[in-house]
Amino acid sequence: MGMPISHIMTSGMSGIRAAGDLVARMQFSENMRIADAKDYVAKKLDVTTDDLSDEYVMRELREDLGIGVITSVAGAPKGIAAKMNIEKLLDIKINSCERFRNQLR
Amino acid sequence: MATEYKLRMGDGKRIFMTKEQIMADLKEGMADAADLGSIPDISADELDKLFDILTMPSRMVGVELGKEVPVTHDIGTLRIDGDQGNSGVGIPSSRLVGIMMHERAFGADTMELGHIDYSYKPAKPVIAQEMQTMEVVQQNTIVPMFYGAMPNMGLYYTPDGPFENPGDLMKAFKIEEARKSMEDSAKHLTRDIVWIMQRMMASGADGVNFDTVGAAGDGDMYASLHAIEALRKQYPDIYIESGMAGELMLGMHGEMEYDGVTLAGLWPHQQAPLAAKAGANVFGPVVNTNTSKSGAWNLGRAVTFIKQAVKDSPIPCHVNMGMGVGGIPMLETPTIDAVSRASKAMVEIAGVDGI
Repeated sequence: MGMPISHIMTSGMSGIRAAGDLVARMQFSENMRIADAKDYVAKKLDVTTDDLSDEYVMRELREDLGIGVITSVAGAPKGIAAKMNIEKLLDIKINSCERFRNQLR
Repeated sequence: MATEYKLRMGDGKRIFMTKEQIMADLKEGMADAADLGSIPDISADELDKLFDILTMPSRMVGVELGKEVPVTHDIGTLRIDGDQGNSGVGIPSSRLVGIMMHERAFGADTMELGHIDYSYKPAKPVIAQEMQTMEVVQQNTIVPMFYGAMPNMGLYYTPDGPFENPGDLMKAFKIEEARKSMEDSAKHLTRDIVWIMQRMMASGADGVNFDTVGAAGDGDMYASLHAIEALRKQYPDIYIESGMAGELMLGMHGEMEYDGVTLAGLWPHQQAPLAAKAGANVFGPVVNTNTSKSGAWNLGRAVTFIKQAVKDSPIPCHVNMGMGVGGIPMLETPTIDAVSRASKAMVEIAGVDGI
């Protein structure tokens, strides 16, 4: 456990604690290099690229945007609901959300 | 008396080195990479920065604010409930619980689901279980979620698989028969990976992590690249990460090609364009750790190789930095001082897009 957590603490973007999941999505959905991915997400969130790793900025912003937060907030979007909001925010399609929509009647 | 700094050997053992010794090892490691890969040295300023990172007095170091990068994981959740063979800590829990712990407790940027044997082939008999688990994971998580496994073409050879073991054939000087066995195995491996991922995509997976591509040599890489190509064609939006196994593609077959390029003997910077051509979104370059050399030698070498891979890659590079690669000591419990220094060096000097 010391190895992955050491990397997360040393270099990582802290996932849904900040905006690491959003930057990773842009790398994988659009092949964006790190600077481009950060620029894209920062513009969509109307924050600076430094803010993307700043828990102070991202905690409240994520809750306001309904894209999932690291603490368990009753009633807040989680799972598929949060990812559907991420789709709109980043203008991308997420496979699990597509599958979910296709199952609705 | 010259000041001595606390460093690590490639096996993790504490050693003490002077500035002159550290700089000499950094240069020697760098020169080894430059010679083997026919690539440029890193600059004198970058060597000085490596020295600064290695000799920082803090137990743990970190990247400069604003330089953070996403982290992807191989094996992922199996670290929680897996056994020692998976570097697991044996905490009884489901894979879903392990994934949620990584997302909500550890701050992982991405995560993955994987079979406990962590190869594609053993997932086939339990594919419905894997699909059901992926569905439940997707309903409960937010971060990009992959299905991860090793291509592991060795599982297709006797006694584990249907094709005669090329090692046995080569020992009997049956070279053509050995090559034919690898070619047949590669076709089955490609078919199996695509079959599994078709089902995982139907279950909502974001994509696939090809972990340790080429572990069984060039046939393993050939099969993986063709699987990536087929998946990209069928699923234009699938997330694909292609990670290397070792720093040099072993030519077990010797004549296998992709896009007109012979796979045997390729270094990380030469593999990256092929992964991109096949359709991967992210490439995971590897540089092996030499346990008999110092951390300075290993990090100088690894950063030199990876910097070139980042430069030559048309797609983002998430460098492999597990136990025994990327300047990390070859140790089951790699020390935090060594891991954090290697991690910082890869981001700030090699310029990786992720880890």
